[in-house]
Amino acid sequence: MLNLDSASVAYNGKSALTDINLHIIAGQKMALVGHSGSGKSTLLNLLYEQLTLKYIKPALIPQDYGLVLNLSVFHNVYMGKLGEKPFWYNLINLIKPLTEPVVKVTDIINSLQLNDKLFEPVTQLSGGQKQRVAIARSIMHDGDILLADEPVSSLDESQSKLVMKLLNEQFNSIIYSLHDVDLALEFCDRIIGLDHGKIVIDAPASSLNRQKLLKLYDE
Amino acid sequence: MTSKTSKFTHTLRWKVSWLFFLLALICTPFADLSINTYDPIAELGRMFSGLLHPSLKNIESPLNALLQTISFAFLGVAFGCLIGFILSLIFHWKIIRILCALVRSVHELFWALIFLQIFGLHPLTGILALGLPYAATFAKVYAEIIEEGDRRAYDAIRHHSGFISAFFYSRIPDLWPHLKTYTSYRLECGLRSSAVLGFVGLPTLGYYLNTAFLEGQYSEVWALLILFYILIGGIRYWLKAKLIPLYIIISPFIIANDSVISFDNVFRFFTQDIIPLPIRNEESFSSLFNWLTELFLNEALPGIINTFLLTQIALVLTGIVALLWFPLISILFFNKLGRSLGHIFLVIMRSTPEYILTFILLLIWGPSMLPAALALTLHNGAIIAHLMGRYSNDLKLRRDKTHGLNLYVFEVIPRIYGQFLAFLFYRWEIIMRETAILGILGIATLGFYIDSAIADIRPDKAMILIAITAILNVCVDMLARYIRSKLSLKTTAVCS
Repeated sequence: MLNLDSASVAYNGKSALTDINLHIIAGQKMALVGHSGSGKSTLLNLLYEQLTLKYIKPALIPQDYGLVLNLSVFHNVYMGKLGEKPFWYNLINLIKPLTEPVVKVTDIINSLQLNDKLFEPVTQLSGGQKQRVAIARSIMHDGDILLADEPVSSLDESQSKLVMKLLNEQFNSIIYSLHDVDLALEFCDRIIGLDHGKIVIDAPASSLNRQKLLKLYDE
Repeated sequence: MTSKTSKFTHTLRWKVSWLFFLLALICTPFADLSINTYDPIAELGRMFSGLLHPSLKNIESPLNALLQTISFAFLGVAFGCLIGFILSLIFHWKIIRILCALVRSVHELFWALIFLQIFGLHPLTGILALGLPYAATFAKVYAEIIEEGDRRAYDAIRHHSGFISAFFYSRIPDLWPHLKTYTSYRLECGLRSSAVLGFVGLPTLGYYLNTAFLEGQYSEVWALLILFYILIGGIRYWLKAKLIPLYIIISPFIIANDSVISFDNVFRFFTQDIIPLPIRNEESFSSLFNWLTELFLNEALPGIINTFLLTQIALVLTGIVALLWFPLISILFFNKLGRSLGHIFLVIMRSTPEYILTFILLLIWGPSMLPAALALTLHNGAIIAHLMGRYSNDLKLRRDKTHGLNLYVFEVIPRIYGQFLAFLFYRWEIIMRETAILGILGIATLGFYIDSAIADIRPDKAMILIAITAILNVCVDMLARYIRSKLSLKTTAVCS
């Protein structure tokens, strides 16, 4: 799907990623792990750029959700599909929600335990609810691959598992950035460990365990 | 909660927007929006052919016009700044707040008409006409700035260092940048106001523009307007902090003329001219009542109705134009070249005072509300578009955002709409104040009746009509404030 060959990224002369060699294979569920500042988000951004250059439009769950707070949950989720409908359809749906998208969005948010929040403005939701709206938008977007930057950081354990399971069913290929190594081991088949902007682990999840991964977090 | 969110409801902002839109629509058939000139296109052609060869050769002394404009602006704003600052320290006194609101609600041009009656063409007329309403505005905004600043350092040292020292040591340094930004902003407004004061007879740019317009010398008109744009556009090149004291010292010598204040005149103005005629003639109470009723029914009421109609139409058009124009300078919609052109367009639109824009459009279309509505829309729309464009450039959007119209209606408008409404409601009162003023140009708003009363040498009538205009403005200001708080909109002061 995509090959990174000794890629590097620097911000203002400060190196953020160095010598990244990464082969993305369709169908894999990958996790980027490492402590904060290790370069996970930078790598996700780089992958997003490279994928769009190859005309692959990944679904994206940004760390800060990227929601429009003054719009309802329905409209925020619908935004995942904006590109597929003509503008006039989108406009009408903005002013008066149409049946077809309402049914579809209702299905998605119900599967994320956001029942009866459909027409609530996002600004009134809790952090965890907002995060699930961003997840719902990515499911609405659909596509070959999902890039998810800490998608469950505001959710409790059971919700996290529900969401990871759902995403794994919805998307063929996924690249997660995760700080929770247990979730990475449970839901992914390939794990990339990052430390100071370098890849230090790239192995199947089955060959790794909690102890090995936690070493990444030792200073 | 369930019942509330299981059905889609529009936000209060959306409903209020529609309410204002429908109100403007209802107003439209009652407003006189006719075109009264025989051949508007030909007049437009003559006007723009002047743009091809702008010339100053028929203007007596363009440099003097420019210097007079700058000097009146400097002295007026300096006066306003000084008095305003002192008033801001006691702005928590209710009487000061009310007085300032009343002084502010009377437009500089009306103040000029009043002071012309008192002082004639003495320079004091121009300084006070600008300085008085500016002082009231400065008092309010300075008070808001001081109120919002951090006062912990001040509280800590106040007890042992005295009120004044404590204030200058612990408050002013922190507040200085805000005070400075706002004051220099008002100076730009002052330049525009000063130019416009020429239309009622002061020797500033407006005076020469008026003459050139009426004589149909469009080459001169354009030359003067271009001079004016250069003056405003180049403000940061000639306005240096160190030079300001020098400018202020020179200014009185530039605006000095040989007219003297006649104290008899001043005395007569306050003791006779502005006293309603029936009282002056010691007539009965019922004749005073009749006089007032007649004034109200024949002049104030039609003036109020027309002012209201024009204000509501211009307000909604301003909003629509601002929403259409702000993308011109937004990084989300245009590349660098497009944005530069957008900037030039908006700068020209917002630096041309609506009074001058109306004047130009009146020549093309003849006297009706159409030129006024359009001028108010272009000027105010450009101001709000400029602020919204800048605001939209600070938005942080997700990487996989859409583009074009989808981006505009789904991502950008919902994010900036609250700010947009805040700016628009802030300008409501300003638009109404301007609408009243445009009457001086012959549109039947309150200014028309005020100007006629002055022309008929009836200052008593004029003063009552000005007071009515002021009360109307205060009411709209209060209503706008109420709506803004209901919609929880917040904004900072913008140029009037």
